[in-house]
Amino acid sequence: MDDPYKVLGVAKDAKPEEIRQAYRKLAKQHHPDLNPDNKAAEEKFKSVSSAYELLSDAEKRARYDRGEIDASGAEKPQQRGYRHYADADRAARYGAGAQGAGWSGGSFEDLFGDVFRSRNAGSGGNARMRGADEHYSLTIDFLDSIRGATQRLTLPDGRTLDVKVPPGIEQGQIMRLRGQGGPGWNGGPAGDALIEIGIREHPYFRREGRNIRLELPVTLSEAVLGGRVTAPTPGGPVNVTIPAHSDTGTELRLRGRGMPGQGDQPAGDLHLTLKVVLGPPDPALEAFLRERKAEPGFDPRGALMEAA
Amino acid sequence: MISIEILCAQIGGLRPEDVERWVVNRWVRADGEAGQYRFHDIDVARVRLIVELRDVMQVNEDALPVVLGLLDQLYALRRQMRRLGSALDETISEDARRSLAEKLAGRA
Repeated sequence: MDDPYKVLGVAKDAKPEEIRQAYRKLAKQHHPDLNPDNKAAEEKFKSVSSAYELLSDAEKRARYDRGEIDASGAEKPQQRGYRHYADADRAARYGAGAQGAGWSGGSFEDLFGDVFRSRNAGSGGNARMRGADEHYSLTIDFLDSIRGATQRLTLPDGRTLDVKVPPGIEQGQIMRLRGQGGPGWNGGPAGDALIEIGIREHPYFRREGRNIRLELPVTLSEAVLGGRVTAPTPGGPVNVTIPAHSDTGTELRLRGRGMPGQGDQPAGDLHLTLKVVLGPPDPALEAFLRERKAEPGFDPRGALMEAA
Repeated sequence: MISIEILCAQIGGLRPEDVERWVVNRWVRADGEAGQYRFHDIDVARVRLIVELRDVMQVNEDALPVVLGLLDQLYALRRQMRRLGSALDETISEDARRSLAEKLAGRA
């Protein structure tokens, strides 16, 4: 331990009253209950107290001066300070004011703001500080997610933001709108608005990466004989040639009709899966099937029966 | 919990009438009725602090309520900060935690 005279900042021949004054001055400055969480103050107070413990006792002081004991002989066990208890939740016993330690919602904003401001001040005076980023979510239609769209978002504070959703945006993607978040402090820049995009499902189109999938209904004759039909795509209707001898489950690929190309990413494809639909009763078809003599030997349930 | 006699025996320079006055002033919030006060650990530590404020730091009794009032506000705020901290801890994502920490450190 350090020289107790140095710790208290007094001369070797200081009078008891001078020692007491020095101790009082340092104790006021460094008392750990008045400086919670300040390790330096706590250590300083400890050494000041031990120094005073030694020098305030005339007999111990004389023995120290003669070199019979060293300074550490004066250490005494530390009691738990008030701060130790006051920091625990049960210390609401000594809460300020009537409401004790209760967390009143109204004070939340005030406290929060003050806390952030004062922390900031600690690290650089009246520093400018960027506003907080604010998080929002925006759900858009499937086709808007493919084609891109401008959507108006109304914020909780009444402001509106026009959000330009780029073509090809994906579910869960986050758009950052610079400067549209919380205001900055002391002239600092505003934070950003972070907008998480949700996409509503489309009744027919499904997205798979850059490709789009669609189940396309065809008539029996379109499937058997082939033909040209019109199919919807996100970019508008297109003519599709159905090959002869198609069936439910037959897949066709329309190159470049999926997600539009972006930058160096080529456009995706549209995958069509045909589904044969018989439609309303057809007497002519019924008559034909009834009169048809030789049915081809085909069992559509063959694989099913084998697997069962 | 301890009685006022034991309290005064533990803390040098403390007289029962001081403690009784402090309890009446609500500087110390003991359990029980006058004459049978019981003191928790926190009350003992608080009495010790009041004695140090009075005897060592020479805060006289007229000024003591000002000091104690400010200290109570300081510790109430610290408890609130702690609750706020643990509420944030339990509710926000790892990302939010990180950007909060960066912001508080003045880096963001």
